Amino acid sequence: MMDIGTLRGLGTAVVLIAFVGLILWAFSSRRKSEFDEAANLPFADEPDAAARDEKASRSKSE
Amino acid sequence: MSTAISQTAYNYKVVRQFAVMTVIWGVIGMALGVLIAAQLVWPELNLGLPWTSFGRLRPLHTNAVIFAFGGCALFATSYYVVQRTSQARLISDSLAAFTFWGWQAIIVLAVVTLPLGYTTSKEYAELEWPIDILIAVVWVSYALVFFGTIVKRTTKHIYVGNWFFGGFILTVALLHIVNNLELPVGALKSYSIYSGATDAMIQWWYGHNAVGFFLTAGFLGMMYYFVPKQAARPIYSYRLSIVHFWALITLYIWAGPHHLHYTALPDWAQSLGMVMSLILLAPSWGGMINGMMTLSGAWHKLRTDPILRFLVVSLAFYGMSTFEGPMMAIKTVNALSHYTDWTIGHVHAGALGWVAMISIGSIYHLIPKVFGRQQMHSIALINAHFWLATVGTVLYIASMWVNGITQGLMWRAVNEDGTLTYSFVEALEASHIGYLVRMIGGAFFVTGMLLMAYNTWRTVRAANPAEYEAAAKFTVEAAH
Repeated sequence: MMDIGTLRGLGTAVVLIAFVGLILWAFSSRRKSEFDEAANLPFADEPDAAARDEKASRSKSE
Repeated sequence: MSTAISQTAYNYKVVRQFAVMTVIWGVIGMALGVLIAAQLVWPELNLGLPWTSFGRLRPLHTNAVIFAFGGCALFATSYYVVQRTSQARLISDSLAAFTFWGWQAIIVLAVVTLPLGYTTSKEYAELEWPIDILIAVVWVSYALVFFGTIVKRTTKHIYVGNWFFGGFILTVALLHIVNNLELPVGALKSYSIYSGATDAMIQWWYGHNAVGFFLTAGFLGMMYYFVPKQAARPIYSYRLSIVHFWALITLYIWAGPHHLHYTALPDWAQSLGMVMSLILLAPSWGGMINGMMTLSGAWHKLRTDPILRFLVVSLAFYGMSTFEGPMMAIKTVNALSHYTDWTIGHVHAGALGWVAMISIGSIYHLIPKVFGRQQMHSIALINAHFWLATVGTVLYIASMWVNGITQGLMWRAVNEDGTLTYSFVEALEASHIGYLVRMIGGAFFVTGMLLMAYNTWRTVRAANPAEYEAAAKFTVEAAH
């Protein structure tokens, strides 16, 4: 039988791992182009959307 | 034009309806707020009638501003944003129309039942069980329209604003249903299935997440669309927005117990609520900074664009109230602040400064778009509205800080023999001037809303159906 303290400790560990995983996933440089594309969705319906894509997001880490 | 391009139209009709009702319910809900603020200055304004007493009008005010004004603003903007960032028309026009008429019916039922004294007595969930069922049905329809539209999107990504709107819709469904589980004992009377400390905990789990998801996540969805759009630059960091979303929704759900410090709620639950509330500062400020930094390189636009000013000042108030909130959740601070006007001031820093200002800015951006106009009838009136709203909010918050701290200190003051230094009514007398200043601040705010109503009326009157049908047209590049 697992005692409640161990269970709570495990819960904390799971949340920590999930958070670190999320940061690594979100800030991985492989996703830059995808995120730039997503960040420009509010402008996708404007005539000059293509030109804006060039400038793209400033959230970079090339 | 290549064959991969097809033309179709957004459903702007439901957006127009909700946008106009946002303004109308805003004026009514906030005017009610000024009335009850005046009742606290001059109690005679209760009129000696049960239907116009503070105890019955106060829940009507909160329901009107949160669910009627805020709710209509959320419906209008979420339907607008999900269509435009998904490049798709709403999945069902009839279901969308049902959410509009259903939501208005709920508001009218609230306007009738609350002054008559029908209430479950749960704060922000006062409406009785038949209305609760109607809310659940309308809300599930809302979820179907929103998520159905996301499913049929023609873009690859689901824009981050839609994640926030989606999180808000799902969580509010869960909160509403769980908190309103009740046993009817008559057509308009029911009892909660929970009792004692459990009932209190469920209520404030609901209550705080009404703040966290209805009044925060939903309006952050607005922020992530309208701030970049009005500033004409993409969000500062899309990555930060993803971390912001997951961190915010993970933490908010635990913060409820801070409403029940020093009560019969178990001590560990109180401490948990306090700690989670403190950690919540991080994602809140992450989101605020993300919104603010979107303006880097475009700050000069604030000089000429009062709509952008509304959006940015709302973020400043958001930052301020999400700092104040965690601080007030600390048990020792709460020992001073709880049950005083400081709480009311804090709520209105969020409600007027953040929720109302981001909504007003978004609606000013959206109304010309969905009515096929270049811009609102008068930019100068938007500017006047901005200053009235800002001054009104500051007067409101400052007076409630002074009142709250005064009350907290007077209530806890004890003489050397252990008796209380002040009677309750002495603290009430000391609060009188603050109540007057608060009422004046509220009057400023509602005057601004009247300018908005006039501006909206002139803009809508100048529009014609042919123009706004043309404005709803959009082009999809299927090969995207």
